[in-house]
Amino acid sequence: MTPTQALPNPLPRPEGELEALEEVWKRPRGWRFVTVVNNNWIGVLYLGTAGLFCVFAVILSLLMRAQLTVGGNDILEAGTYNQVFTVHGTAMMFLFAVPAVEALGVYLLPAMLAARDLPFPRLSAYAFWAYAIGGFFFFLSLFWGVAPDGGWFMYPPLTGKEYSPGINADFWLLGIGFIEISAIAGAIEIIVGVLRNRPPGMTLGRMPIFAWAMLVFAVMIVFAFPAVILATILLELERAFDWPFFLSARGGDPLLWQHLFWFFGHPEVYIIFLPAAGAVSMIVPAMAGTRLVGYGLVATALVATGFLSFGLWVHHMYATGIPSLSLAFFSAASFAVAVPTGVQVFAWIATLASGRPRMEVPMLFVIGFLFIFVLGGLTGVMVAVVPFDWQAHDTYFIVAHLHYVLIGGMVFPLLAGLYYWAPLASGGGLRYGRWVFWLLFGGVNLTFFPMHVAGLMGMPRRVWTYPEGMGLELWNILSTIGAGVSALGIVLLIADLAKNFRMSSGGTDSNPHKAGSLEWLPQGNYNTRSIPLITSRDPLWDQPGLAAQVEAGQHFLPGTVSGRRETLVTSAVDAAPQYIAIVPGPGWAHVIAAVGTAGFFLALTVQWVMISAAFGAVALAAVLYWLWTGTDLGPVRGPADIGGGYTLPLYVTGRDNLGWWAVVVLMLVDGTVFGCVAFTHIFLWLSNGPESWPPSGTTLPGLMAPAISAALVAASAAVVMLSDAVLKRGGRWAVAALLLVALALLGAGMGLDLQALWEAGVRPTAHAFGASLYANQFWQLLHLGIIAVMAMYVVARIAAGLVGAVRRVSFDVVRLFWFYVVGQALAGLALTHLFPRGAGVA
Amino acid sequence: MNSQNVFDTAGPDGDRLATLAWLLFGGGLILFVAVLGFLLVALYGAARVRRTLGNPRFIVAGGIVMPVVVLTALLLHTLGLARALGLPMPGGEPPLRIEVIGHQFWWEVRYPGTLPGGGIVTANEIRIPTGRDVVLEVTASDVIHSLWIPALHGKIDMIPGLVNRRTIRADRPGAMRGQCTEFCGTQHALMAFMVVAETPPAYEAWLDRQRLPAATPPQHEMGRAVFAAAGCGGCHAVRGTEWDARIGPDLTALGGRLTIGAGTLPMNEGTIAGWIAGAQDLKPGNRMPSFANALDGPELRAVSAWLESLK
Repeated sequence: MTPTQALPNPLPRPEGELEALEEVWKRPRGWRFVTVVNNNWIGVLYLGTAGLFCVFAVILSLLMRAQLTVGGNDILEAGTYNQVFTVHGTAMMFLFAVPAVEALGVYLLPAMLAARDLPFPRLSAYAFWAYAIGGFFFFLSLFWGVAPDGGWFMYPPLTGKEYSPGINADFWLLGIGFIEISAIAGAIEIIVGVLRNRPPGMTLGRMPIFAWAMLVFAVMIVFAFPAVILATILLELERAFDWPFFLSARGGDPLLWQHLFWFFGHPEVYIIFLPAAGAVSMIVPAMAGTRLVGYGLVATALVATGFLSFGLWVHHMYATGIPSLSLAFFSAASFAVAVPTGVQVFAWIATLASGRPRMEVPMLFVIGFLFIFVLGGLTGVMVAVVPFDWQAHDTYFIVAHLHYVLIGGMVFPLLAGLYYWAPLASGGGLRYGRWVFWLLFGGVNLTFFPMHVAGLMGMPRRVWTYPEGMGLELWNILSTIGAGVSALGIVLLIADLAKNFRMSSGGTDSNPHKAGSLEWLPQGNYNTRSIPLITSRDPLWDQPGLAAQVEAGQHFLPGTVSGRRETLVTSAVDAAPQYIAIVPGPGWAHVIAAVGTAGFFLALTVQWVMISAAFGAVALAAVLYWLWTGTDLGPVRGPADIGGGYTLPLYVTGRDNLGWWAVVVLMLVDGTVFGCVAFTHIFLWLSNGPESWPPSGTTLPGLMAPAISAALVAASAAVVMLSDAVLKRGGRWAVAALLLVALALLGAGMGLDLQALWEAGVRPTAHAFGASLYANQFWQLLHLGIIAVMAMYVVARIAAGLVGAVRRVSFDVVRLFWFYVVGQALAGLALTHLFPRGAGVA
Repeated sequence: MNSQNVFDTAGPDGDRLATLAWLLFGGGLILFVAVLGFLLVALYGAARVRRTLGNPRFIVAGGIVMPVVVLTALLLHTLGLARALGLPMPGGEPPLRIEVIGHQFWWEVRYPGTLPGGGIVTANEIRIPTGRDVVLEVTASDVIHSLWIPALHGKIDMIPGLVNRRTIRADRPGAMRGQCTEFCGTQHALMAFMVVAETPPAYEAWLDRQRLPAATPPQHEMGRAVFAAAGCGGCHAVRGTEWDARIGPDLTALGGRLTIGAGTLPMNEGTIAGWIAGAQDLKPGNRMPSFANALDGPELRAVSAWLESLK
């Protein structure tokens, strides 16, 4: 960075600048509040909803504890109990844990990075509403007795059509659909936000640990969620259309589900834990009044955890009969992940040792976290030991372990964060923290510690009752008492929030903990008045007077230069200022889109196909409206002075544009799903053995048809390239015509392949071979549909005069995604036509 | 005999796993106390000690070196242990092969080669001789189940379309409980079984009794007739009669087993009658209908008495 003018700029700010800034960032009042998109408000709504869902799921756990207090109890009958434990687990993982940490990121990151907002506020708001509506219906399914009852892990064949004929399983498969969408939307937001919306001077090496943690979290979502997305698509295809992916009688394999599910499910644990660990890395230095010891080690540990967590999924499958060599590998990998976690624990201890820790409520929760989480981590090492796991697996020992890890590793840090960051959001302080802490700390240990014993005494998980005479009575009674104590703690926490939490932008003292990170700068709806130039990891400690300078508008972008909401975009590594991005304000489109999305999935669950299609059309229309009106605004004004000697444009195209980054992340998601499609082929091939893959009697189309398909698909990419060249020369209608030609080529290529496959007699229902070929077709045709919408959108923008040689972000985004779709289609053709030929002879 | 305690072992592999558990608990306790100790010192220790803990080298020592050393040692130990588990007994007889098939919500147990052209079939109880390796070949007919006999060894999943093997050996005679540990539907909780280990002569004697077809002495003719009239043979087999259906458990020697309803109730004439009359009340959602309305008291008593006599 080479600023030509020194900051802070001591000159007085022009009159009306602050008022204009406040005006554009004003929150909508009254019933229009639902249109709010600002992260300060969406973040709180998001956290509050996650908390509410957590309370619902806790109520279910109390029902289970009541049932299990004594053997042979009949408070819940077997079928109901199975619904209750399934909804409890599913809700805690999908409706509470992931959304809660995501919400914490949405709320805190802009403040911590001194950004005005996240780069795509309507995307976060959309993700929130889709999640909130879908989540409520998911719980409601319990009241109609149609809640899922196959466990949160949903193993087929139990969850297949034959053994779960009702819509309960569909509620899980489709109900989780929009949670996946909203998690991925949030991940895109967080990755782009952390990498591109940091304040000038905040290089990656100066980034707060929480931002590191959220970055790793979001990248992990990008690579983990696709596996469960594909798994749910495959199981729903099997249930709805009888495509036998998991039915061994027709070449399927139940273990395929387990691999896909745990490839998501194990990283999921770290997806939940890492943001919480990041929060602890912020709280501990503030409470100890000193820098985090081992910043580099901790940041590396977060990244290493992210990597390693993808190599552990088989440790949920030790008892499935997997060869012992692979077991040894996965056991070693499971041990290895203990190292980065150990690094963080010792870094926190070192930080506490080098400062003067204040025993305030957040600190109590951090100590409680360390106690519970370390114990859970140690039992985690135990269950990574293959022979021990054979005994502990699927018993209450695991129930104890996972609750120690998740409550210790996520809930306690979250509560530490709640009490730590509450002053940011609330005028009034919270008061009952110490009571809440002791009730929860005592209650959680009393509930879950005895479960270790019950498990080793032979109590399996997911049982609605147990016989007398196994010696389980005492331990279950203790657990139930503990659950009651924990529930009191939760009631007190709710009372504290209800009585003492008053939503407002900041209290009188902007930095009550005397912390070093930027969220403690004076805040408004627009976050900081001006965006600071950062020269250290702990700016509020190392840059004296920063708060006053920022508040006086003496740093970057102290107002609005376009009369709209803006945020500063900087480069990913060095955080050098690049451009001013206009971000959208309140609106209805994303709310309608969320209602449409939730309605689409829910109506599909109860098999109202037409209503579902109508909801889907509404959602699509709303998304298109929001893109049309809110994105690719073009250069609304010339470059503007942001202070510090920088004059930045308000519109950039190409690789610097935020939209381009979002599409790249989306391509990584889609590419990972496609990778899982390929994994499905390879896994089923190995499971069937080369001699029966493809199964005897299968005729594949000759290589002529796929060769023509490939040529057509590739030609479509070439035509898109040509349209790019024409656009550069100012062409307009020629660009539109070329895009339509390219679309026709892509459609023809994919259609020809589908037709060839069908005419060769390959059917998706006959055998898992055909099913996996058509799963590939399904995924490719879905992309054809997306490209068709995108192409028509750009053509319409061209017709409306909104795309040209300068204003071309919409075109660029579509072009980039088009190339991806073409690449994926070519890989798909190879998978369909070349893999079986190679695999058959291998 | 209802114990499913991991530490209540009855064979060499069960012993090894119990020893391993104690090793892990001991090691875990030491590490837990150490970490909490460091935390306390960091919070309340003397300034000089705290300075030492505040050094980044402490993080490397505690967070990297210590776990790498401990976990490498543990990995080597468990790899060695894993190899020792299920090793054939030196100089022993060739292992006995038993097939176990999981059904919603009961266990089919087959002894291949014990009859000409086949083998005896029983349910919800695995009889084994002591001092001899037994290979359990497990699979499932419907959904995934998991077989667990904590006294002898860890779990092995029963997966449709796949045969998994687990070698067990009991050193001491006795009955021990096992249970399904993979969630398999409504009555997963009540899918248990017994393992009965007997001395080799006692086992051979039991096997000889099992080989005999079911007998119907005159006092049980009515019971047999009720069985026929109620259509029990539509699901159950009784060897030596015309019934050979395989939907439910084989009842050829029902009365000799320790439990009824896959570990739901102890076996006697009364519980058999109770089960026939109210299977859906005792274990709602299992595949056996309740016959309380179809059979009157004398009929119920007659059929239960006959079944109880089959041993």
